[in-house]
Amino acid sequence: MADKIIPIGPYHPLQEEPEFFRLHVDGEKVVDIDIEIGYNHRAIEKISESKSYDQVTFLVERICGICSTSHPFAYTNAIDDLLGIEVPERALYIRTIIGELERIHSHLLWLGLAGHFLGYNTVWMWAWRYREPVLDIFERISGNRNHYAMFKPGGARRDLDEADFPWIKKTLKSLIPKFDMFKGAVIDDPVIRARTEGVGVLTKQDVYDYACVGPTARASGFVMDVRKDDPYAAYDKVEWKVITQQGGDVFAKAVVRILELYESVNIILQCLDKIPKGPIDINIKDMPAGEGIGRHEAPRGEVFHYIMSDGGNSPARHKVRAPSFVNIASNKKAVIGETISDATIILAAVDPCYCCTERMAVVDHKTGKKVFDGQDLVRLSQEKTEKLRRKYNR
Amino acid sequence: MSLKLKALTKSIWVYHMSTGSCNNCDIEILDLLTPRFDVERFGITLVGSIRHADAILVTGALNLKTIPRIKNIYDQAPKPCFVIAIGACACGQGIFAKGPNTPEPVDSILPVDAYIPGCPPKPEAMIAAIVKLIEKLRGKK
Ligand code: SF4
Repeated sequence: MADKIIPIGPYHPLQEEPEFFRLHVDGEKVVDIDIEIGYNHRAIEKISESKSYDQVTFLVERICGICSTSHPFAYTNAIDDLLGIEVPERALYIRTIIGELERIHSHLLWLGLAGHFLGYNTVWMWAWRYREPVLDIFERISGNRNHYAMFKPGGARRDLDEADFPWIKKTLKSLIPKFDMFKGAVIDDPVIRARTEGVGVLTKQDVYDYACVGPTARASGFVMDVRKDDPYAAYDKVEWKVITQQGGDVFAKAVVRILELYESVNIILQCLDKIPKGPIDINIKDMPAGEGIGRHEAPRGEVFHYIMSDGGNSPARHKVRAPSFVNIASNKKAVIGETISDATIILAAVDPCYCCTERMAVVDHKTGKKVFDGQDLVRLSQEKTEKLRRKYNR
Repeated sequence: MSLKLKALTKSIWVYHMSTGSCNNCDIEILDLLTPRFDVERFGITLVGSIRHADAILVTGALNLKTIPRIKNIYDQAPKPCFVIAIGACACGQGIFAKGPNTPEPVDSILPVDAYIPGCPPKPEAMIAAIVKLIEKLRGKK
Protein backbone atom coordinates (compact mmCIF):
# COMPACT_ATOMS: atom_id res chain seq x y z
CA MET A 1 0.00 0.00 0.00
CA ALA A 2 1.21 3.46 -0.82
CA ASP A 3 2.21 5.43 2.24
CA LYS A 4 2.74 9.14 2.00
CA ILE A 5 3.62 11.24 4.99
CA ILE A 6 2.41 14.79 5.43
CA PRO A 7 4.48 16.67 7.99
CA ILE A 8 2.68 19.44 9.82
CA GLY A 9 4.94 21.78 11.80
CA PRO A 10 6.94 22.47 13.94
CA TYR A 11 6.68 26.02 12.61
CA HIS A 12 3.54 26.40 10.65
CA PRO A 13 1.54 29.55 10.19
CA LEU A 14 -1.56 28.51 11.96
CA GLN A 15 -0.83 27.29 15.36
CA GLU A 16 0.94 29.72 17.51
CA GLU A 17 3.01 27.07 19.17
CA PRO A 18 5.55 24.61 17.81
CA GLU A 19 4.72 20.89 17.66
CA PHE A 20 4.92 18.27 15.00
CA PHE A 21 2.45 15.88 13.39
CA ARG A 22 3.29 13.32 10.75
CA LEU A 23 0.23 12.22 8.81
CA HIS A 24 0.63 8.97 6.89
CA VAL A 25 -1.69 9.09 3.93
CA ASP A 26 -2.88 6.79 1.20
CA GLY A 27 -4.30 9.00 -1.54
CA GLU A 28 -6.80 11.18 0.28
CA LYS A 29 -7.17 8.96 3.36
CA VAL A 30 -5.19 9.36 6.52
CA VAL A 31 -3.90 5.95 7.56
CA ASP A 32 -1.74 6.80 10.55
CA ILE A 33 -0.49 9.72 12.54
CA ASP A 34 2.63 10.33 14.59
CA ILE A 35 2.68 13.08 17.11
CA GLU A 36 5.94 14.57 18.28
CA ILE A 37 5.92 17.09 21.04
CA GLY A 38 8.50 18.76 23.22
CA TYR A 39 9.13 21.99 21.35
CA ASN A 40 7.73 23.88 24.23
CA HIS A 41 9.38 22.01 27.03
CA ARG A 42 10.76 24.40 29.58
CA ALA A 43 11.33 22.06 32.51
CA ILE A 44 8.77 23.81 34.62
CA GLU A 45 8.42 21.03 37.15
CA LYS A 46 12.16 21.16 37.74
CA ILE A 47 12.30 24.97 37.97
CA SER A 48 9.45 24.75 40.44
CA GLU A 49 11.70 22.87 42.84
CA SER A 50 13.98 25.90 43.04
CA LYS A 51 11.31 28.51 43.72
CA SER A 52 9.45 29.33 46.90
CA TYR A 53 5.83 28.26 47.21
CA ASP A 54 4.62 31.77 46.58
CA GLN A 55 6.80 32.19 43.48
CA VAL A 56 5.58 28.90 42.02
CA THR A 57 2.14 30.46 41.59
CA PHE A 58 3.65 32.83 39.04
CA LEU A 59 5.65 30.06 37.42
CA VAL A 60 2.70 27.72 36.90
CA GLU A 61 0.73 30.61 35.48
CA ARG A 62 3.33 30.67 32.71
CA ILE A 63 2.86 27.04 31.76
CA CYS A 64 0.18 28.17 29.39
CA GLY A 65 -1.05 31.60 28.44
CA ILE A 66 -4.59 30.59 27.53
CA CYS A 67 -5.12 28.57 30.68
CA SER A 68 -3.22 31.05 32.74
CA THR A 69 -5.69 30.65 35.57
CA SER A 70 -6.15 26.92 35.44
CA HIS A 71 -2.68 26.04 36.58
CA PRO A 72 -2.54 28.44 39.52
CA PHE A 73 -6.07 27.32 40.37
CA ALA A 74 -5.08 23.67 40.58
CA TYR A 75 -1.80 24.57 42.27
CA THR A 76 -3.38 26.66 45.01
CA ASN A 77 -5.96 23.91 45.49
CA ALA A 78 -3.07 21.50 46.01
CA ILE A 79 -1.38 23.75 48.55
CA ASP A 80 -4.64 24.33 50.40
CA ASP A 81 -5.09 20.56 50.45
CA LEU A 82 -1.56 20.02 51.75
CA LEU A 83 -2.06 22.52 54.54
CA GLY A 84 -5.61 21.46 55.26
CA ILE A 85 -6.76 25.06 55.51
CA GLU A 86 -10.11 26.69 54.85
CA VAL A 87 -9.75 29.50 52.35
CA PRO A 88 -11.86 32.59 53.12
CA GLU A 89 -15.14 32.53 51.25
CA ARG A 90 -14.61 35.77 49.39
CA ALA A 91 -11.41 34.37 47.92
CA LEU A 92 -13.30 31.29 46.71
CA TYR A 93 -15.74 33.47 44.83
CA ILE A 94 -12.94 35.56 43.35
CA ARG A 95 -11.22 32.39 42.14
CA THR A 96 -14.44 31.14 40.57
CA ILE A 97 -15.08 34.41 38.76
CA ILE A 98 -11.57 34.51 37.31
CA GLY A 99 -11.74 30.84 36.33
CA GLU A 100 -14.99 31.32 34.41
CA LEU A 101 -13.93 34.57 32.72
CA GLU A 102 -10.99 32.63 31.43
CA ARG A 103 -13.23 29.89 30.07
CA ILE A 104 -15.15 32.48 28.06
CA HIS A 105 -12.06 34.00 26.49
CA SER A 106 -10.53 30.60 25.82
CA HIS A 107 -13.62 29.14 24.13
CA LEU A 108 -14.00 32.26 21.99
CA LEU A 109 -10.38 31.95 21.00
CA TRP A 110 -10.94 28.34 19.93
CA LEU A 111 -14.10 29.23 18.03
CA GLY A 112 -12.17 31.85 16.11
CA LEU A 113 -9.34 29.47 15.22
CA ALA A 114 -11.77 26.73 14.22
CA GLY A 115 -13.49 29.23 11.92
CA HIS A 116 -10.15 30.08 10.40
CA PHE A 117 -9.29 26.42 9.76
CA LEU A 118 -12.59 25.99 7.98
CA GLY A 119 -11.98 29.01 5.82
CA TYR A 120 -14.39 31.29 7.61
CA ASN A 121 -12.08 34.12 8.50
CA THR A 122 -15.06 36.27 9.39
CA VAL A 123 -15.83 33.93 12.26
CA TRP A 124 -12.24 34.29 13.41
CA MET A 125 -12.36 38.09 13.38
CA TRP A 126 -15.74 38.27 15.09
CA ALA A 127 -14.91 35.75 17.78
CA TRP A 128 -11.68 37.50 18.63
CA ARG A 129 -13.38 40.84 18.57
CA TYR A 130 -15.88 39.73 21.20
CA ARG A 131 -13.06 38.27 23.21
CA GLU A 132 -11.71 41.77 23.76
CA PRO A 133 -14.42 42.88 26.25
CA VAL A 134 -13.49 39.88 28.41
CA LEU A 135 -9.84 40.93 28.33
CA ASP A 136 -10.95 44.45 29.26
CA ILE A 137 -12.63 43.03 32.34
CA PHE A 138 -9.40 41.27 33.24
CA GLU A 139 -7.46 44.45 32.72
CA ARG A 140 -9.79 46.33 35.02
CA ILE A 141 -9.63 43.65 37.69
CA SER A 142 -5.98 42.68 37.63
CA GLY A 143 -4.11 45.28 35.59
CA ASN A 144 -3.04 42.82 32.90
CA ARG A 145 -4.89 41.43 29.88
CA ASN A 146 -3.46 37.97 30.36
CA HIS A 147 -1.56 36.46 33.24
CA TYR A 148 -3.77 37.94 35.88
CA ALA A 149 -1.79 36.78 38.93
CA MET A 150 -4.95 36.69 41.02
CA PHE A 151 -4.14 33.50 42.88
CA LYS A 152 -2.08 32.85 45.90
CA PRO A 153 -1.84 29.91 48.25
CA GLY A 154 -4.44 30.45 50.93
CA GLY A 155 -6.57 32.99 49.07
CA ALA A 156 -6.58 35.59 46.35
CA ARG A 157 -3.87 38.14 45.67
CA ARG A 158 -6.13 41.08 44.86
CA ASP A 159 -9.60 42.04 45.88
CA LEU A 160 -12.40 42.86 43.47
CA ASP A 161 -13.76 46.37 43.62
CA GLU A 162 -17.54 46.44 44.17
CA ALA A 163 -17.73 49.62 42.14
CA ASP A 164 -16.75 47.64 39.04
CA PHE A 165 -19.52 45.05 39.37
CA PRO A 166 -22.25 46.88 37.45
CA TRP A 167 -19.87 47.49 34.59
CA ILE A 168 -18.69 43.88 34.57
CA LYS A 169 -22.28 42.63 34.57
CA LYS A 170 -23.24 44.96 31.77
CA THR A 171 -20.27 43.89 29.65
CA LEU A 172 -21.00 40.22 30.17
CA LYS A 173 -24.69 40.62 29.38
CA SER A 174 -23.82 42.47 26.20
CA LEU A 175 -21.94 39.34 25.09
CA ILE A 176 -25.02 37.10 25.20
CA PRO A 177 -26.48 38.32 21.87
CA LYS A 178 -23.06 37.71 20.32
CA PHE A 179 -23.06 34.15 21.61
CA ASP A 180 -26.54 33.73 20.08
CA MET A 181 -25.08 34.84 16.81
CA PHE A 182 -22.28 32.24 17.00
CA LYS A 183 -24.75 29.59 18.01
CA GLY A 184 -26.88 30.42 14.98
CA ALA A 185 -23.82 30.50 12.75
CA VAL A 186 -22.67 27.03 13.78
CA ILE A 187 -25.94 25.20 14.26
CA ASP A 188 -27.92 26.58 11.33
CA ASP A 189 -25.24 26.98 8.70
CA PRO A 190 -25.43 24.01 6.28
CA VAL A 191 -21.81 24.42 5.19
CA ILE A 192 -20.37 24.34 8.69
CA ARG A 193 -22.59 21.38 9.46
CA ALA A 194 -21.43 19.53 6.37
CA ARG A 195 -17.81 20.19 7.28
CA THR A 196 -18.06 19.15 10.90
CA GLU A 197 -20.90 16.68 11.37
CA GLY A 198 -19.77 13.08 11.46
CA VAL A 199 -16.15 14.21 11.10
CA GLY A 200 -13.53 12.98 13.54
CA VAL A 201 -15.95 10.99 15.65
CA LEU A 202 -14.85 9.77 19.06
CA THR A 203 -17.24 7.24 20.53
CA LYS A 204 -17.89 6.95 24.23
CA GLN A 205 -15.64 3.88 24.28
CA ASP A 206 -12.79 5.80 22.57
CA VAL A 207 -13.07 8.55 25.12
CA TYR A 208 -12.85 5.92 27.80
CA ASP A 209 -9.88 4.19 26.16
CA TYR A 210 -7.90 7.37 25.65
CA ALA A 211 -8.95 8.89 28.98
CA CYS A 212 -10.02 12.14 27.32
CA VAL A 213 -11.18 14.98 29.50
CA GLY A 214 -13.08 18.23 29.24
CA PRO A 215 -15.21 19.27 26.28
CA THR A 216 -13.67 16.46 24.19
CA ALA A 217 -15.19 13.90 26.56
CA ARG A 218 -18.41 15.79 27.14
CA ALA A 219 -19.06 15.99 23.39
CA SER A 220 -19.14 12.18 23.34
CA GLY A 221 -21.79 11.96 26.02
CA PHE A 222 -19.58 11.68 29.09
CA VAL A 223 -20.99 13.60 32.00
CA MET A 224 -17.69 14.55 33.50
CA ASP A 225 -16.73 17.84 35.01
CA VAL A 226 -14.50 18.33 38.04
CA ARG A 227 -16.48 21.39 38.98
CA LYS A 228 -19.51 19.13 39.59
CA ASP A 229 -17.87 15.83 40.49
CA ASP A 230 -15.55 17.18 43.14
CA PRO A 231 -16.70 20.72 43.85
CA TYR A 232 -14.12 23.24 44.91
CA ALA A 233 -14.05 27.05 45.14
CA ALA A 234 -17.61 28.37 44.84
CA TYR A 235 -18.89 25.93 42.18
CA ASP A 236 -21.22 24.17 44.60
CA LYS A 237 -22.73 27.44 45.73
CA VAL A 238 -24.11 28.47 42.36
CA GLU A 239 -26.63 26.91 39.97
CA TRP A 240 -25.29 25.64 36.67
CA LYS A 241 -25.36 22.55 34.52
CA VAL A 242 -22.81 20.37 32.80
CA ILE A 243 -23.19 20.59 29.01
CA THR A 244 -22.98 17.33 27.09
CA GLN A 245 -23.62 16.24 23.52
CA GLN A 246 -23.91 12.78 22.03
CA GLY A 247 -22.28 13.09 18.59
CA GLY A 248 -18.58 12.95 19.50
CA ASP A 249 -17.77 14.71 16.21
CA VAL A 250 -16.27 18.14 15.60
CA PHE A 251 -19.76 19.64 15.47
CA ALA A 252 -20.63 18.31 18.93
CA LYS A 253 -17.40 19.69 20.35
CA ALA A 254 -18.17 23.11 18.94
CA VAL A 255 -21.71 23.02 20.34
CA VAL A 256 -20.47 22.00 23.79
CA ARG A 257 -18.07 24.92 23.85
CA ILE A 258 -20.64 27.45 22.66
CA LEU A 259 -23.22 26.33 25.22
CA GLU A 260 -20.59 26.46 27.93
CA LEU A 261 -20.12 30.15 27.19
CA TYR A 262 -23.65 30.77 28.43
CA GLU A 263 -23.07 28.70 31.57
CA SER A 264 -19.91 30.62 32.37
CA VAL A 265 -21.67 33.96 32.10
CA ASN A 266 -24.41 32.54 34.27
CA ILE A 267 -21.92 31.41 36.95
CA ILE A 268 -20.11 34.76 37.00
CA LEU A 269 -23.32 36.76 37.30
CA GLN A 270 -24.45 34.62 40.24
CA CYS A 271 -21.05 34.91 41.91
CA LEU A 272 -21.08 38.68 41.56
CA ASP A 273 -24.46 38.76 43.31
CA LYS A 274 -23.55 36.34 46.07
CA ILE A 275 -19.97 37.30 46.87
CA PRO A 276 -19.64 37.86 50.63
CA LYS A 277 -17.55 40.55 52.26
CA GLY A 278 -14.54 39.63 54.32
CA PRO A 279 -10.84 38.87 54.13
CA ILE A 280 -9.40 37.52 50.91
CA ASP A 281 -6.53 35.47 52.20
CA ILE A 282 -5.02 33.83 55.21
CA ASN A 283 -1.45 34.08 56.24
CA ILE A 284 0.50 30.88 55.83
CA LYS A 285 3.36 30.72 58.30
CA ASP A 286 5.12 27.47 57.57
CA MET A 287 4.75 24.49 55.32
CA PRO A 288 4.53 21.11 56.96
CA ALA A 289 5.95 18.04 55.25
CA GLY A 290 3.31 16.17 53.31
CA GLU A 291 1.49 15.79 50.03
CA GLY A 292 -1.34 17.65 48.39
CA ILE A 293 -3.34 17.33 45.21
CA GLY A 294 -5.41 19.94 43.46
CA ARG A 295 -7.74 19.76 40.47
CA HIS A 296 -9.48 22.30 38.31
CA GLU A 297 -11.68 22.03 35.24
CA ALA A 298 -9.72 24.11 32.76
CA PRO A 299 -11.35 25.17 29.49
CA ARG A 300 -9.76 22.08 27.90
CA GLY A 301 -10.37 19.61 30.68
CA GLU A 302 -9.08 18.57 34.02
CA VAL A 303 -5.78 19.97 35.24
CA PHE A 304 -4.11 18.10 38.03
CA HIS A 305 -1.30 19.27 40.29
CA TYR A 306 0.55 17.22 42.87
CA ILE A 307 2.83 18.80 45.42
CA MET A 308 5.17 17.05 47.79
CA SER A 309 6.65 19.07 50.58
CA ASP A 310 9.55 18.15 52.82
CA GLY A 311 8.92 21.04 55.15
CA GLY A 312 11.31 23.29 53.24
CA ASN A 313 10.74 26.50 51.37
CA SER A 314 10.12 25.01 47.93
CA PRO A 315 8.28 21.94 46.67
CA ALA A 316 10.27 18.71 46.85
CA ARG A 317 8.31 17.39 43.88
CA HIS A 318 5.76 19.11 41.71
CA LYS A 319 3.84 17.13 39.10
CA VAL A 320 1.51 18.70 36.55
CA ARG A 321 -0.93 16.84 34.34
CA ALA A 322 -2.40 19.05 31.63
CA PRO A 323 -5.60 18.17 29.77
CA SER A 324 -4.28 18.60 26.20
CA PHE A 325 -1.66 15.97 26.81
CA VAL A 326 -4.27 13.26 27.11
CA ASN A 327 -6.64 14.74 24.56
CA ILE A 328 -4.00 14.96 21.84
CA ALA A 329 -3.49 11.21 21.90
CA SER A 330 -7.13 10.77 20.92
CA ASN A 331 -6.28 12.37 17.56
CA LYS A 332 -4.89 8.99 16.64
CA LYS A 333 -8.40 7.63 16.77
CA ALA A 334 -10.22 10.64 15.37
CA VAL A 335 -8.04 11.37 12.35
CA ILE A 336 -7.37 7.88 10.99
CA GLY A 337 -9.72 7.04 8.13
CA GLU A 338 -10.64 10.66 7.47
CA THR A 339 -9.55 12.71 4.47
CA ILE A 340 -6.57 15.06 4.53
CA SER A 341 -8.71 18.16 4.10
CA ASP A 342 -10.57 17.31 7.29
CA ALA A 343 -7.41 16.64 9.28
CA THR A 344 -6.73 20.22 10.33
CA ILE A 345 -10.13 20.79 11.84
CA ILE A 346 -10.10 17.43 13.60
CA LEU A 347 -6.69 18.09 15.09
CA ALA A 348 -7.92 21.49 16.20
CA ALA A 349 -11.18 20.15 17.61
CA VAL A 350 -9.69 19.02 20.91
CA ASP A 351 -8.48 22.59 21.33
CA PRO A 352 -4.92 21.44 21.73
CA CYS A 353 -2.74 23.67 23.77
CA TYR A 354 0.81 22.80 22.90
CA CYS A 355 2.51 24.90 25.50
CA CYS A 356 1.47 21.94 27.31
CA THR A 357 2.31 20.01 24.06
CA GLU A 358 2.76 22.27 18.24
CA ARG A 359 3.93 21.20 14.53
CA MET A 360 2.67 19.16 11.36
CA ALA A 361 3.67 17.63 7.70
CA VAL A 362 2.23 15.06 5.12
CA VAL A 363 4.82 12.49 3.84
CA ASP A 364 4.55 10.01 0.97
CA HIS A 365 4.32 6.59 2.58
CA LYS A 366 6.47 5.01 -0.15
CA THR A 367 9.08 7.62 -0.91
CA GLY A 368 9.07 9.36 2.46
CA LYS A 369 8.99 12.68 0.61
CA LYS A 370 7.10 15.66 1.94
CA VAL A 371 3.98 16.33 -0.08
CA PHE A 372 2.14 19.01 1.85
CA ASP A 373 2.99 21.31 4.68
CA GLY A 374 0.79 22.99 7.22
CA GLN A 375 -0.09 25.85 4.94
CA ASP A 376 -1.21 23.53 2.15
CA LEU A 377 -3.39 21.66 4.59
CA VAL A 378 -5.20 24.74 5.68
CA ARG A 379 -5.60 25.70 2.04
CA LEU A 380 -7.07 22.26 1.29
CA SER A 381 -9.46 22.62 4.17
CA GLN A 382 -10.50 26.07 3.07
CA GLU A 383 -10.99 24.93 -0.53
CA LYS A 384 -13.28 22.18 0.62
CA THR A 385 -15.46 24.68 2.44
CA GLU A 386 -15.49 26.87 -0.63
CA LYS A 387 -16.74 23.94 -2.76
CA LEU A 388 -19.48 23.15 -0.27
CA ARG A 389 -20.43 26.76 -0.13
CA ARG A 390 -20.94 26.82 -3.87
CA LYS A 391 -22.91 23.61 -3.66
CA TYR A 392 -25.27 25.07 -1.07
CA ASN A 393 -25.26 28.30 -2.93
CA ARG A 394 -24.30 30.36 0.12
CA MET B 1 19.01 55.30 3.16
CA SER B 2 19.41 52.58 0.67
CA LEU B 3 16.49 51.73 -1.48
CA LYS B 4 16.30 48.35 0.18
CA LEU B 5 15.92 49.82 3.68
CA LYS B 6 13.44 52.38 2.48
CA ALA B 7 11.29 49.68 1.00
CA LEU B 8 11.57 47.73 4.24
CA THR B 9 10.04 50.45 6.35
CA LYS B 10 6.81 50.23 4.41
CA SER B 11 4.40 47.34 4.91
CA ILE B 12 6.53 45.21 7.18
CA TRP B 13 5.68 41.55 6.75
CA VAL B 14 6.35 39.59 9.87
CA TYR B 15 7.04 35.96 10.55
CA HIS B 16 6.15 34.67 13.95
CA MET B 17 8.37 32.20 15.69
CA SER B 18 7.51 30.69 19.00
CA THR B 19 10.48 29.12 20.69
CA GLY B 20 8.99 27.62 23.78
CA SER B 21 6.67 30.29 25.01
CA CYS B 22 3.63 30.14 27.18
CA ASN B 23 1.46 31.15 24.24
CA ASN B 24 0.28 34.44 25.59
CA CYS B 25 2.73 36.54 23.63
CA ASP B 26 1.72 34.56 20.55
CA ILE B 27 -1.94 35.18 21.15
CA GLU B 28 -1.35 38.86 21.63
CA ILE B 29 0.47 38.90 18.28
CA LEU B 30 -2.53 37.31 16.59
CA ASP B 31 -4.70 39.74 18.48
CA LEU B 32 -2.94 42.54 16.63
CA LEU B 33 -4.51 41.28 13.41
CA THR B 34 -8.06 41.21 14.74
CA PRO B 35 -10.51 44.12 14.52
CA ARG B 36 -9.64 46.06 17.66
CA PHE B 37 -5.99 46.63 16.74
CA ASP B 38 -5.95 45.65 13.10
CA VAL B 39 -2.35 46.30 12.13
CA GLU B 40 -3.08 45.23 8.59
CA ARG B 41 -4.20 48.75 7.94
CA PHE B 42 -0.51 49.69 8.21
CA GLY B 43 0.40 46.92 5.82
CA ILE B 44 1.78 44.73 8.61
CA THR B 45 0.75 41.16 8.12
CA LEU B 46 1.75 37.73 9.28
CA VAL B 47 3.27 35.55 6.60
CA GLY B 48 3.49 31.78 6.57
CA SER B 49 6.99 31.46 5.23
CA ILE B 50 10.20 33.01 6.48
CA ARG B 51 11.24 33.64 2.86
CA HIS B 52 8.62 36.35 2.54
CA ALA B 53 9.38 38.05 5.82
CA ASP B 54 10.90 41.45 6.63
CA ALA B 55 10.95 40.88 10.36
CA ILE B 56 10.90 37.91 12.70
CA LEU B 57 8.94 38.13 15.90
CA VAL B 58 10.55 35.82 18.43
CA THR B 59 8.64 34.83 21.52
CA GLY B 60 9.51 32.47 24.30
CA ALA B 61 12.56 31.24 26.13
CA LEU B 62 14.62 29.20 23.68
CA ASN B 63 14.77 25.57 24.62
CA LEU B 64 17.21 22.89 23.56
CA LYS B 65 14.91 21.50 20.90
CA THR B 66 14.11 24.82 19.25
CA ILE B 67 17.61 26.41 19.25
CA PRO B 68 18.92 24.55 16.14
CA ARG B 69 15.61 25.20 14.35
CA ILE B 70 15.68 28.90 15.12
CA LYS B 71 19.18 29.18 13.66
CA ASN B 72 18.04 27.26 10.61
CA ILE B 73 15.01 29.49 10.09
CA TYR B 74 17.01 32.70 10.52
CA ASP B 75 19.56 31.49 7.96
CA GLN B 76 16.78 31.05 5.42
CA ALA B 77 15.49 34.58 5.90
CA PRO B 78 16.22 37.12 3.16
CA LYS B 79 18.53 39.80 4.61
CA PRO B 80 18.15 42.47 5.88
CA CYS B 81 15.68 40.92 8.27
CA PHE B 82 14.86 42.43 11.62
CA VAL B 83 14.55 40.39 14.75
CA ILE B 84 12.11 41.61 17.35
CA ALA B 85 12.10 39.90 20.71
CA ILE B 86 8.66 39.93 22.25
CA GLY B 87 8.02 39.34 25.91
CA ALA B 88 10.07 38.94 29.02
CA CYS B 89 11.00 35.39 27.96
CA ALA B 90 12.55 36.40 24.66
CA CYS B 91 14.15 39.57 26.06
CA GLY B 92 15.99 37.89 28.88
CA GLN B 93 14.42 34.51 29.59
CA GLY B 94 12.12 35.89 32.28
CA ILE B 95 11.06 33.36 34.84
CA PHE B 96 12.76 30.54 32.93
CA ALA B 97 16.29 31.87 33.42
CA LYS B 98 18.40 29.13 35.01
CA GLY B 99 16.03 26.44 33.85
CA PRO B 100 17.76 23.21 32.83
CA ASN B 101 16.12 23.15 29.36
CA THR B 102 16.41 26.86 28.56
CA PRO B 103 20.17 27.49 28.33
CA GLU B 104 20.50 30.72 26.32
CA PRO B 105 18.65 33.97 25.76
CA VAL B 106 17.53 34.82 22.22
CA ASP B 107 20.06 37.62 21.75
CA SER B 108 22.99 35.24 22.22
CA ILE B 109 21.82 33.41 19.09
CA LEU B 110 20.17 36.00 16.84
CA PRO B 111 20.99 39.71 16.37
CA VAL B 112 17.99 41.32 18.07
CA ASP B 113 16.94 44.78 16.78
CA ALA B 114 14.13 45.59 19.18
CA TYR B 115 13.07 44.35 22.57
CA ILE B 116 9.49 44.54 23.76
CA PRO B 117 9.34 43.75 27.46
CA GLY B 118 6.19 42.71 29.26
CA CYS B 119 4.58 39.45 30.17
CA PRO B 120 2.84 39.55 27.75
CA PRO B 121 3.41 43.02 26.30
CA LYS B 122 0.19 44.83 25.49
CA PRO B 123 -0.67 44.99 21.80
CA GLU B 124 -0.28 48.77 21.98
CA ALA B 125 3.28 48.25 23.18
CA MET B 126 4.00 46.03 20.20
CA ILE B 127 2.65 48.63 17.77
CA ALA B 128 4.71 51.33 19.49
CA ALA B 129 7.82 49.18 19.17
CA ILE B 130 7.35 48.67 15.45
CA VAL B 131 6.82 52.41 14.99
CA LYS B 132 10.04 53.09 16.90
CA LEU B 133 11.91 50.57 14.81
CA ILE B 134 10.71 52.23 11.62
CA GLU B 135 11.63 55.68 12.96
CA LYS B 136 15.08 54.45 13.85
CA LEU B 137 15.56 53.07 10.36
CA ARG B 138 14.33 56.25 8.74
CA GLY B 139 16.50 58.33 11.07
CA LYS B 140 19.53 56.49 9.74
CA LYS B 141 19.35 58.48 6.54
S1 SF4 C 1 6.95 36.70 28.23
FE1 SF4 C 1 5.30 35.96 29.55
S2 SF4 C 1 3.52 35.89 28.22
FE2 SF4 C 1 5.30 35.95 26.89
S3 SF4 C 1 5.82 33.82 26.46
FE3 SF4 C 1 7.02 34.44 28.26
S4 SF4 C 1 5.80 33.85 29.99
FE4 SF4 C 1 4.46 33.86 28.23
